[in-house]
Amino acid sequence: MPKTLFEKIWDRHVVKTIEGGPSVLYIDKHFIHEVTSPQAFKGLEKRGLEVFRPKQIVATADHNVPTIDQHLPIKEELSRIQVQALVDNTKKHHIDLYGLGHPYQGIVHVIGPELGVTQPGMTIVCGDSHTSTHGAFATISFGIGTSEVEMVMATQCLLQSKPKLMRINVEGTLNKGVTSKDIILYIIAHISASGATGYFVEYAGSAIRSLSMEGRMTICNMSIEMGARGGMIAPDQTTFDYLEGREFAPEGAEWEKKLTEWKQLHSDEDALFDKEITIAAADIEPMITYGTNPGMGVSVTGRIPAEADPKSLAYMGLQAGAAIKGKKVDYVFIGSCTNSRIEDLRLVASFVKGRKKADNVEVWVVPGSKQVEQQAIKEGIDKVFAEAGFNLRQPGCSACLAMNEDKIPAGKYCISTSNRNFEGRQGPNARTLLASPLTAAVAAITGEVADIREFI
Amino acid sequence: MSKSINKITSTAVPIHLENIDTDQIIPARFLKATSRDGFGDNLFRDWRYNADGTPKKDFILNNPTYSGRILVAGKNFGCGSSREHAAWAIKDAGFDVVVSSFFADIFKNNALNNFLLPVTVSEEFLQQIFAAIEKDPKTNISVDLEAQTITLGGNITSFDINNYKKTCLLNGYDDIDYLLSIRPEIEAFEQKPQTIQ
Ligand code: SF4
Repeated sequence: MPKTLFEKIWDRHVVKTIEGGPSVLYIDKHFIHEVTSPQAFKGLEKRGLEVFRPKQIVATADHNVPTIDQHLPIKEELSRIQVQALVDNTKKHHIDLYGLGHPYQGIVHVIGPELGVTQPGMTIVCGDSHTSTHGAFATISFGIGTSEVEMVMATQCLLQSKPKLMRINVEGTLNKGVTSKDIILYIIAHISASGATGYFVEYAGSAIRSLSMEGRMTICNMSIEMGARGGMIAPDQTTFDYLEGREFAPEGAEWEKKLTEWKQLHSDEDALFDKEITIAAADIEPMITYGTNPGMGVSVTGRIPAEADPKSLAYMGLQAGAAIKGKKVDYVFIGSCTNSRIEDLRLVASFVKGRKKADNVEVWVVPGSKQVEQQAIKEGIDKVFAEAGFNLRQPGCSACLAMNEDKIPAGKYCISTSNRNFEGRQGPNARTLLASPLTAAVAAITGEVADIREFI
Repeated sequence: MSKSINKITSTAVPIHLENIDTDQIIPARFLKATSRDGFGDNLFRDWRYNADGTPKKDFILNNPTYSGRILVAGKNFGCGSSREHAAWAIKDAGFDVVVSSFFADIFKNNALNNFLLPVTVSEEFLQQIFAAIEKDPKTNISVDLEAQTITLGGNITSFDINNYKKTCLLNGYDDIDYLLSIRPEIEAFEQKPQTIQ
């Protein structure tokens, strides 16, 4: 029987299926971070259990870390205690930690692929909804809650019901100035913030295949923003080239063996999906959001829909029917697990080089990992940013969720390359406009929402 | 945390909004705790309180007319971040049931793992609940997990829940107990070479 990519991976990870209930799914890799793990460790200890497979867990500190002076003790007491709890818990349970100060530290969904921990065919979970990012490598990856973190620590398994499957094909060539971020914002705007709830999505089509791994990660990352459990993309030469030689990627004969296996990971021709959508790449323009969920997006040259939710618009201080282009912004945030990889920083730098930021904006660039930061310095990208007046900070989630001190002040507008524009997401009463790194870069230079196509 | 749920009859608190995300339920800056307790105080923090900590009069949780163990909300409830703190906060604030026409997947799992029952009803039934409470805040809603029914006045409708989860909730079992009980099978599975990457 023909199988989808999802089914090929799912089927080989099912330990057993409970009659009339969920399946016991074996988890290959488990990422943990400081915010959603402490209660899981406590739960485990309360039951008198050890971590079952500590070598299959990778830990990092990212959500709640400062992005300046990372070598100093964390000032805020609760944050310091939380980060320290991760240090203590991982030490006690023999789990590898890439914590503050470690050359591999960074946002969990940036470091997994960067280190080659994320590999095709795996099942991967993390107590974080953007775990879907790892699906770019043909994995079944999804976010879980803290009780589930505890389950995986205790048994390396989860109880899961098989989701419905959707395939989204993006066919054709992308327009100038259009990036993978625009593709996913376009998709979400079209199917809505709940349009894929209950589904696991496979992205396919020539436009997807033309993307780099970074670009594919951006797309899979935001699958959750349309309600999907996760997103995935079949592996190809681009995937293999990215992985080869990375720290934890297989080597030698093992690499060859894996490669043969990985090449089987694609949906068979006649495989059935519960739903299938096809989008023409040519229809996609640079996108921006105007509202308070990621589905509220339009082309940068578009107008805010007349029927847009009034409560959202009141929060955003925007008018139905108005153009979004030309809207003044106060902050630009280039970062988060959606767009903080080296390729994103290179793209921004290539546009910004020789230009200066507008006086009315403050620009924060927060690299996704220590390795991204170091690479940026090696390539002189740090200098390009310094000359433009951008503030290059240290790795972490930062203003994506504003858990540390990186908050956008109340009422201010921020163009952000992150993935969520919920009320208060970037700080109480902060107003977020989601966009691609290029659209963020052009806003940094002009101080307003602008169309990158007029500048390149 | 009260384990096991079966029958609940209570008045309800209606939040007539769609797409309520977990950042609203519990904002990130309150996620710094390392225990599961005390999140109820910050449930819907930024809708409930002004920046200076005074309650916002127009928010429903601050209105003494509405109370009860059932929270009713518009579709796509609990979307966004996977933070289980959202379920903890709702439970900690005294709710045992959330009714909506649509729940985000991760939230639903988190709720079930915390003996907070997510009840999915049709959009029509949901609107009937909102209308009934609007008319009379003392309206009682009854939820019967065993029978998988929810009753509003003379109106009764059934809801879905998978059998396994239902058994867990009725008896106060959790998934870890079950998974631990099959650890030998998991270990045997790990020995099958083709299954592990
Ligand atoms: S960068 Fe933002 S979305 Fe990504 S893991 Fe961190 S908080 Fe979550």
